[in-house]
Amino acid sequence: MELRFKIYRFDPRMDSEPRYQDYVVQADPRERILDCLNRIKWEQDGSLSYRMSCGHGVCGSDAMRINGRCALACQKLVKDVADSEVLLEPLPTFTVLKDLVVDLDPFFERVNQMRPYLLAALEEPNRERLQTPEARKKLDHVIRCILCACCTASCPIVQEGTPFIGPAALVWAFRNIFDSRDARHEERLKAVDTPDGAWGCRNHFECTRVCPKEIPVTKSINIIKREIEKALR
Amino acid sequence: MPVHKHDVVIVGSGLAGLRTAVEAVGSADVALISKVFPTRSHSGAAQGGIAAAIGNEEPDSWEWHMFDTVKGGDYLTDQDAAEVLARDGPRAVYELEHMGVPFNRTPEGRIAQRAFGGHTRDYGKAAVKRACYAADRTGRVILDTLYGQAVRKGIRVYAELSIVDLIFRDGRAAGLVAYDLATGELHLFHCRLLLLATGGFGKVYKTTSNCFANTGDGVYLAYRAGLPLEDMEFVQFHPTGIHGLGVLISEAARGEGGILRNRDGERFMERYAPTIKDLAARDVVSRAIMQEIQEGRGIDGQDIVHLDLTHLGKDRLAERLSDISSFVRIYLGIDPASEPIPVHPTCHYMMGGIPTDVDGRVLGKDLQPVTGLFAAGECACVSVHGANRLGCNSLLDLVVFGRRAGKKMLAQLPNVPWPQLPRDAGDAVRERIERLKGRSSGERVHGLRRELQQVMMERCAVFRREADLRQALEDIRALQARCRDGLYLNYRGERFNTDLLEALELESLLGLAETIVLSALKRTESRGAHWREDFPDRDDQRWLKHTLVALEDGEPAIFYRPVTVTRFEPKPRVY
Repeated sequence: MELRFKIYRFDPRMDSEPRYQDYVVQADPRERILDCLNRIKWEQDGSLSYRMSCGHGVCGSDAMRINGRCALACQKLVKDVADSEVLLEPLPTFTVLKDLVVDLDPFFERVNQMRPYLLAALEEPNRERLQTPEARKKLDHVIRCILCACCTASCPIVQEGTPFIGPAALVWAFRNIFDSRDARHEERLKAVDTPDGAWGCRNHFECTRVCPKEIPVTKSINIIKREIEKALR
Repeated sequence: MPVHKHDVVIVGSGLAGLRTAVEAVGSADVALISKVFPTRSHSGAAQGGIAAAIGNEEPDSWEWHMFDTVKGGDYLTDQDAAEVLARDGPRAVYELEHMGVPFNRTPEGRIAQRAFGGHTRDYGKAAVKRACYAADRTGRVILDTLYGQAVRKGIRVYAELSIVDLIFRDGRAAGLVAYDLATGELHLFHCRLLLLATGGFGKVYKTTSNCFANTGDGVYLAYRAGLPLEDMEFVQFHPTGIHGLGVLISEAARGEGGILRNRDGERFMERYAPTIKDLAARDVVSRAIMQEIQEGRGIDGQDIVHLDLTHLGKDRLAERLSDISSFVRIYLGIDPASEPIPVHPTCHYMMGGIPTDVDGRVLGKDLQPVTGLFAAGECACVSVHGANRLGCNSLLDLVVFGRRAGKKMLAQLPNVPWPQLPRDAGDAVRERIERLKGRSSGERVHGLRRELQQVMMERCAVFRREADLRQALEDIRALQARCRDGLYLNYRGERFNTDLLEALELESLLGLAETIVLSALKRTESRGAHWREDFPDRDDQRWLKHTLVALEDGEPAIFYRPVTVTRFEPKPRVY
C-alpha cells in the first residue's frame, strides 16, 4: 500500500522557520513506522534526521510525536495508522536540534537530580540482601521505564513551561523511594515534596496514556504523594 | 579540532564499558564515549538473565558452570578464562544486587533463578536453574543500575560521538578520533589507557536481534590498525527470533517451560537433544530448527517453527515474560497465552573479536599485550565463549571482565606516561570524509549494506559450504570496491548527518564480514556455531585451536593459536 508522510523539518543553523515535508512510501501493513522512516531516509532523502537504535521498544531512542501523540516509531505499525496521512514531529517541549532530533540533556539532568541509584545502608552482607517478593513487586511497573521521554514531553504542566520536574524523573524517584533496600526513604521523599516535584503533577494522565511501556505513571506519582502525606506530615 | 585529555578513555557505554568505568574512576580521570546515550546501549536489550552458580533454587557449583561453559563452547573455550568467569559469577551477581539491581526473588527473599540453555548440574546430567533474572528485562535493569553508578560517580560522558580512528604511537595506544554527530566536528581524545567496549556487529546479517548501532566500529578499527581478530567464524544464531523481524524471544521462554514444535505439533527437540531437549545449547537448537524446515516440517510450508508458551498460563507470562509477550502482541498481533509464536533463528552474538587476556589487555600479532590498549565485552574475545556462547553468560562476561579490565588499568596507570600524539592524528579521517562528501554521484549506503546482509545470510549463516563461502568472499570484495570507489552521500550537511555515519559504518561491516567468511572458509570442520555441511565432524586433531586473522600488506592473513585446556579434556558434545 501507499502511505503518505508529513514530516517536520528544521535545522536551526540553516532555517529561520520549521517546515513540513511530504513523502510517499510503499508499505506493508505489518511494518513499523520506523521501517518507513528508514526507507524515506535511505532511498529518498538522506538529509532527514531522527534517532533510532534497538527497533523494538527497549532503548527509547525513536520517541517522537506520531499523529499528535508521543510514541516510539518502532512500536507503531503501518496498519495502526493506515487510514490517514502520518504526521511525524519531534517531542514537544524539547529544543529541536534538527528535524526529529531534540536536545535530551535537560531531560537526563532532571532524572539525575533524583539520584537514580540505590543508597543502601553501608553494611553489605557477603551475599545478596534479602527482599521479599512482595517488596520487589512494588517496583515491577517502574523498572519498565526506558527513559524515552514520551511522558515528560506529553505532560501539559511541562508544556506550560513550568519548572515541574516531570513524570519520568518522578518514576525514577519512585524506583528508589519504594525499594525496600534503600536507606534514604525520608530524604528522597523530602526531595520530591516540593511544588515542582511530586506536587507539580495535576493528574492530567497524559503521561500514562502515552507511555510505550504501559507504566501507570500518574498513579505512581499519586502513590508518592500519599507516602509524603503519611511519612512527612 | 578540539582535543580532550583523560587518563582513561572508554569507548562504549553498555555493561562492559560502564562496569569498567565505575571500577576505574576516582583515582583515574575517566571519560566514556558513546555512539548513543548510555541508557540506549544494546546491553539493555538483554532479556533472560545473568548466569551465576549461587544455588538459590537448586544445588549448583562453579565447577559445573565452568564445565557447561567449556562444553557449550564446544571445547574451543579457553578454560582458564571459563574458570575466572564461573568462579567470579556469584560475587559479580551479589555486587550487582548491592548496587541496586531489582532481581526477582524467591519466597525466602533470595535472588530468583531459572533454567537456561546448556546450564546443567552434575556435568550435564539435567538442567539446573542458574540464571538470575529480573522478569525478561535483566539487561535493561542492570544497564540502568550501572548508569546510576556512573551518575553517582560523576563519570564524564561524551554521548553521540562515534569513533572513526584509533591513534597509535610507537606501538602503543595514544587516543582516538571521534565524530560528533550533533555538529559534524571531529574530536581528538588523548589518553594514557584506552578501552574498547563497542559491542557486537550483528548488523553484518540481514536478520538479527542486534540494534542499528551494532556495526563493530571498535573491532574493525583495531583490525585496520593491524591488530588481529580471533575466532571470527563463530557467529551465534539465536533459535527464537520473531519471524522476519529478528526481534528476540528470550531463551527464558524455554527456561520457563516453552516448547518448540514443528508443523505436526511434534516436540522435535526430543530427537536432537534427548536429555535436556528444548534447553540444549543455542547452536544445537538453531540447527535443529533449520533441519526441520529443510525437511519440510516448517509451519504451513514456511521457514518457521512454533514456540509454544500456551501451557504456561497468563500469570506466569505476565510475571516473568511480560516484555516478550508485549513484543509478540505488538508485532504479530498474537496473545502468547493462547497462540504459539512463529520463530526462526536470528543472528544474535559474536563469539569472536579482539583477542584479550583475562585482564582485558589486548593481544597483538605476537600474542603479547599491546601497551595502553584494553577491550571488554562482546567486542573482545577472551575467549570464554569458545565456539558457542551459553545464554546468560554474556551479561556475566561483561561485568566480570569489565571489572577486571578496570582493576588492571588502575594498577598500570601510575607507571604509564602520557604518550605523544602524532602530528597528523585525524588527517586520514578528515580526508576520508572530504572524499565522501566530494562525490556528487554514485551508490548510496543502503543498497550496498542490503546486498552485504543478504550475502551473509544466504552463504555464511547457520549452515556453511565451501562453494558458498568462496562466493561470499568474492561478493564482499566486490562490495568493498564499490564502497571505496563509488559511495555517495545524499546529504552533505554538518548536523546529525547519519548518512555520513552509516557510510563509515558500512566500511566496518564490510571489513568484518570479510574476516568472518575467510575464517569460516579455512576452518574445515564443524564446531559449535560454525557448521560446515561439507565437514560435518568436529576435528580436535587438527582444529582444537583459535583462528586469528590480521592484515598483512593490506590483505587478511590467517594464523592460529592453541586452546588453553586445564580441567576438561574434549569429549563428544551431546545434550
